Order: sequence, then C-alpha cells, then structure tokens
Amino acid sequence: MSEMRDILKDTVTRLFTDLVTRETLGDAETGTWPDALWNACAENGLTLALVPEEMGGAGLGWADSFVIARAAGHHGPPVPLVETMLGSWLLSEAGLEIPEGPLTVAPVRTDDNLQVGGNAVSGTAKAVPWGRQAGHAVVLSNGQIALVALNSSMVTENCNIAREPRDTVNFDNAPLIASAPTSLPKDGLQVYGAMFRAAQLAGGVARCLDETVQYAGDRIQFSRPIAKYQVIQQYLAAMAGHMASAGAAAEMAFRAADRGDPRFEAASAKVVTGDAAGNATSTAHQVHGAIGFTYEHILQFTTRRLWSWRAEFGAESRWAEEIGRQVAGRGADAFWPDLTARQSGMVA
Amino acid sequence: MDSLYFEPCELPQEAEVLRGEIRDFLADNLDPYSPEVRSRSWAGGDPEFSQKLGEAGFIGMRFPKKYGGHERNAMERYVVIEELLAAGAPVALHWIADRQSGPLLLNYGTEKQREMCLPGVAKGETYFCIGMSEPDSGSDLASIRTKAVKVDGGYVVNGTKIWTSEAHRCHYMIALFRTDSEVEEKHKGMSQFLVDMNTPGVTARPIRNMAGEEMFNEVSFVDAFIPEDMLVGEEGKGWQQVLSELAFERSGPERYMSSHILLHALIREVSQNPTERSAVAIGRLIAHLATLRQMSLSVAGMQDAGQDPSLAGSVVKDLGAVYEQDMPKIAHELVGADPQLMGGSDFEKVLAYVTQATISFSLRGGTREILRGIIARGLGLR
Ligand SMILES: Cc1cc2nc3c(=O)[nH]c(=O)nc-3n(C[C@H](O)[C@H](O)[C@H](O)COP(=O)(O)OP(=O)(O)OC[C@H]3O[C@@H](n4cnc5c(N)ncnc54)[C@H](O)[C@@H]3O)c2cc1C
Repeated sequence: MSEMRDILKDTVTRLFTDLVTRETLGDAETGTWPDALWNACAENGLTLALVPEEMGGAGLGWADSFVIARAAGHHGPPVPLVETMLGSWLLSEAGLEIPEGPLTVAPVRTDDNLQVGGNAVSGTAKAVPWGRQAGHAVVLSNGQIALVALNSSMVTENCNIAREPRDTVNFDNAPLIASAPTSLPKDGLQVYGAMFRAAQLAGGVARCLDETVQYAGDRIQFSRPIAKYQVIQQYLAAMAGHMASAGAAAEMAFRAADRGDPRFEAASAKVVTGDAAGNATSTAHQVHGAIGFTYEHILQFTTRRLWSWRAEFGAESRWAEEIGRQVAGRGADAFWPDLTARQSGMVA
Repeated sequence: MDSLYFEPCELPQEAEVLRGEIRDFLADNLDPYSPEVRSRSWAGGDPEFSQKLGEAGFIGMRFPKKYGGHERNAMERYVVIEELLAAGAPVALHWIADRQSGPLLLNYGTEKQREMCLPGVAKGETYFCIGMSEPDSGSDLASIRTKAVKVDGGYVVNGTKIWTSEAHRCHYMIALFRTDSEVEEKHKGMSQFLVDMNTPGVTARPIRNMAGEEMFNEVSFVDAFIPEDMLVGEEGKGWQQVLSELAFERSGPERYMSSHILLHALIREVSQNPTERSAVAIGRLIAHLATLRQMSLSVAGMQDAGQDPSLAGSVVKDLGAVYEQDMPKIAHELVGADPQLMGGSDFEKVLAYVTQATISFSLRGGTREILRGIIARGLGLR
C-alpha cells in the first residue's frame, strides 16, 4: 500500500473507532442523527474525497478512496458517507457545484423510472439511501446529472435489514437546482453504487472475521478456547479466504475506475463480495453461538448490513448474468484475451 | 488481518510484450492437441513440446544465463505460465523442474549440481520429480521413513516414495530422506538429495490413476547408493528447504487454472444460446476467475519482491481448488450432457476428464485441511 493510503487508513480507522460506537449504531436505528460523526467525516475530507481540490474536495483518486469505502464497511458509520462520496463525484464530473451536507443518489433500482426534463424531476424512486436525512439527491436520468433538494414531504420512510434508511422518494416535479449532460450509461449509478457496496461488503466481511477470531479465542468450552478446535479453525480459514478475495475484488474495481470504465470489475466485485458476505455471515454467527443472536452483541450490526448491502445496487445474480451474457456474446475464444487486456490496463 | 492483504500488482509492459510472443508460439505449436488432450493442463506432457518451448526460451526463464537461463523477472515468467495454462499446453514433463527443482538448486544446490542439471532443464530436456510422500507419510510429511545411511563416499538409501508424479519419465528426483533417525524432534534429521533416476536400486513403477492414466508412481529404493556430492543443501536442513520448495509448489496460477479448458469448452457450449441460468453461472465463474488472477498476480509480486508467499499462496491454492471443483458440477448442471470417455463431443470428453481430475486438486500439493491449518495459523488460532 502506498504511504498516502496507509495514512488515510489510520485516519479513518481512528475516526470510526472513536465515533462509531455500539451506542451510535443503536441510536441511529431509532432515528438519532450522529452529528459529531457526520461533521468529522466532512471535516476530514472524506465526504468529498473524490472531488478535485479546486472544487473544494480532497482530490483523491479511486484507489485511495477505496480505503475510505472499505473502512466504512468495516465500521458501518450510520451516515450517507459513501453516497455523498458518489454523489459529489458525479456532480464534480458534470461540472456542477456541490451543496453542503449529506447527499444521496437516485434511482438505485433499475426498474424505477425517473424523468429529468423541463427543469424538474418526476417519478418515484424506491430504497433511496438516507432519503430523509440527505439534503439533496443527485439524479442520473435521460443522459443528465441533476441536483434536486429533498424535503420531508417527498419522503416515505423505509429501511433495510440493518435499519439503515432506504426511503421511497416521490420527486413529483421537484425543481432542478442544476443539471448537466453525462456520458455515463442509464444504469451508471448501479455500476458505481455496486462498486461502493462491494468495498463496504469487503470491509464488513473483514470485520466479521476479526470479531469471530477474537471471540473464538475468548470463548471457552470443554476447558479450551473454541479456537483450539480444528473444525473452528477450518471454518475461520475458509472465511479468511473469502475475506481476502472480497478485498481483492473490490480493490480491483476501484483501481479500474482510475483507468476508465470499471463496469466489468465492479460487476465482478459485487458477485465476489456478495458470495463472501454469504459465507462470512453464516460462519460468524455459527461460531458466536447464541450471544451473536442477541441485539446486544455488536456482531449483528455488521451481519445485517452485509445482508442488505449484497442486495443493493444489484444482487450477485444480476451482475453475474451481465458478465455471463457479455462473455457469451464475445465467444469462448475471447474471454481470456479480454480479461488479460483489461487487467493490464489495456482496456478491451 | 493485514497478513492476508493482497497488494494489487500490475504486470509491467515488458511482460505484456512477452504475452504476444508466447501467444504466437502457442498458435503455431498447439494444433496437434485436441481439447481433450489440452484439458489435462499441466498434468499432460509431450517431450517434443517441452523441447520446442525450451528452444524458444520459455523454460528456465529466471535462471542465470550461465546455466542456460534467460534472467527474466517473476512477472515475465508469470505471463508465460498463465498463457501455457490458458491454452492447455502439454507441459507436465518439464513443469516441476522449471517451477521448483531448478529454483531449489539455485537456492541450495552446489555449482556442480547446477551445471549438471540446469542447462538441460532450460532446454526442456531434463525433467524432475518430487520425492516427498511415502506410503505412511502424506500430510504428515515429517514422519517419512526412507533412510539415507552415511557410508564411505555417499549414502545408501532404502525405502519407498509414492504418488511421485511423472517419476517414470523423469531424469532426476529431488528427494527428502531421513539422514538421522536418532534425533528426538522429527523435523530435524531430514535431508534433500538430487537422485539420478538411473541409479541402480531405484525403480519407478507407475500406478494407474482413476482416470486410467499412468501419471504418478511408486518409487522404491533398494540399497541405492547416492554419492555424497548429490546432497542438496545442508545435511539435517531438509525440512526448512522443503518448506521453501513448497512455497514455489503452492503459489502459482496452476492452482486455479488447471480446469481452464473446461471453462473454455463450457462457454463455447452455452454461448450460442445463453439462458439466464447459464449466464449467471458463467458470469459467477468469470468474476471469481478475475479475482483469483489478481490475487495470484499479487503472490507473484510478493515473490518478485523477495517476500515469503507461503500464507498468501495457501489462500489462493485453497480458493482455486474450490473454484475449480465447482466447475464440473456447474457444467454438468447447465449442459446436462452425459460425460463420454470415447466417441463423445469435445465438450463431453473434456467434462469426463476434468470431472475426475478435479478431485485431486484439494489433495496434491497439500490438502485443503492442511492449507486451512496454515491459514488458521496465520490468523493466530494455532
Ligand atoms: C495427482 C497427485 C499427484 C501427486 N504428486 C506427488 C508428487 O509428485 N510427489 C509427492 O511427494 N507427492 C505427490 N502427491 C501426494 C500428495 O502430496 C498427498 O496426496 C498429500 O500430501 C496428502 O497425503 P495423503 O494422500 O497420504 O493423504 P492423508 O494425509 O492420509 O490425508 C487423508 C485425509 O485426511 C486429512 N488429514 C490428514 N491429516 C490431517 C490433520 N492433521 N488434520 C485434519 N485432517 C487431516 C487430509 O486432509 C485428507 O483429507 C500427489 C498426489 C496426487 C493426488
């Protein structure tokens, strides 16, 4: 890892360790907005990580931003950090000014139909992350990036398994604050959203492993730490493999975004990290026994996020199908040359 | 778990240039081999092919020039071996010599041993086998009993090695023998030897495997005399040397690319008319392939930087075996063809072979359970 990334990693780890406590996580589920946490994210430049310095951001690339997104998965800060990173990047790419405060993005589902036209956005978007807390939404539709202010009358509250806000937003001709054309495809938000979720999944899987290794060392049964039982070691080793591949897959996608269009790598990452989340959640809970099934225990804040995130911005099957159709369309002789060309940066 | 972080590694431009060269070579030289033959991957061998590959400069790539090598870096070698695997080239005969025995001699061998063996290896004419496992010593390698007893001018060896891949076609074996039976700690008292397979008293007898091939062997040693200058490294240091040899054995792309020809055949089979189900299955395989490749490149990068790749290599080998072992099942479910050993389509024959072969991928080179034990140690659990 570069020195820059090491420093960044230390900074975000310290920030989240201090400010994303069990209490913060619990309180957020009953509607408390963690002001101190959000402000710390903003003050440390995390929210506008991908925005160029001349536009007020931190000017980081994707490979560096991966460190933030992965740490967000590890600690689960109950704020729209990655959504704001994505939204502010979209705005800066479109040359639009970035408003203060938390952002969200819409639509996140491919079957939601939003229309940008005549200086307004119409239509309804479901499962909009943090819709009720985000001051603005960045909308991608009709070849436009558009910025819209949100207010409570537009929002119907809902949430995912982790009780993170996933609200229905009825835009109902909400006026555009600004808009500009984009070269991103219609489902561009899904691609970049999947990429961010993949990084969060990788972080969350690593958290599951850390918690479980720790617990297995502490918990004594039959006069020995359960970590000493070979079957537990084998479970954890398998989980470590998933953790490593999830991290590699997600980082691969972020690095691809620095080179150009990360669509293939983002799709791969969402598949691999989703598979890893499936393994990690079951293994972590199995090894934790009954205590891990309590609300009191910290583990479930991570596992419920993993189950939610793997479904958001397209489940494993959605992205696997896209890759599969692409590969089939190119034919059997092409997949290997295509893969080696992409991974060497000579985009196919 | 920072010890399990796979630092991303991109291939340098000169390695990508080499990719073009090896692809051209393969396009010119692979015609005689059917998909079924190619599906044997690095378990299928042809002396003529090894020789041509050596002539073209694609074996012993990292060896010094004075031993017939090409002084290329690890990433350049990586590109060549992954292309050989992707094409299903018949590389079995020289594979072990190129991958681990040559590097072992470069690390621990004497000048004489290197001069004797390495030029032939680089030409693709000298083959090596690995004499580790014994009838009563599989995973518990340190329990080996084959003894090398010191006599005037050398050692007399008695015992049996087993599962020795290609021993009946190899010129040399790097063998692990017990040189001291008195020591209390069983990891001590073992030494590595360079064994000429023509030594009187050394007999390789092929053991038919379940796929009907004669690939691995039982190798018996009956009063076989090994001259003392064939000791590799230090007497009594065999265990440490074997561990560093295993790092080469376990860390390469063959640990997730041995079924590549089945993947190719499967994509060919379903690409005419992909259904949602087949597209999802293929896409999932490709996603995992892309990720395993990144991880494998990262391991090669570690090797290039002189770091110990044992733990990372074990992770990739374990994940690779799971990925490859899923593949015949996926192919079976998607296509529903009867695997045919004779007279079937190429796809059916490839599926028939790979279905049998994949069983061994979580055994050879260290079983799944042993690798996961190593990973568990890396996690601090043992
Ligand atoms: C195709 C093929 C090629 C081979 N080529 C070579 C070669 O060229 N040279 C060579 O030296 N060897 C070779 N081998 C041998 C290979 O290294 C051994 O098969 C391997 O080390 C396992 O030993 P084993 O087969 O005796 O199984 P065992 O060690 O008897 O294991 C049987 C089962 O018990 C499990 N087990 C064993 N110990 C433990 C433990 N402590 N905890 C949990 N589970 C355990 C194993 O994981 C496995 O599932 C080859 C094997 C194959 C299949």
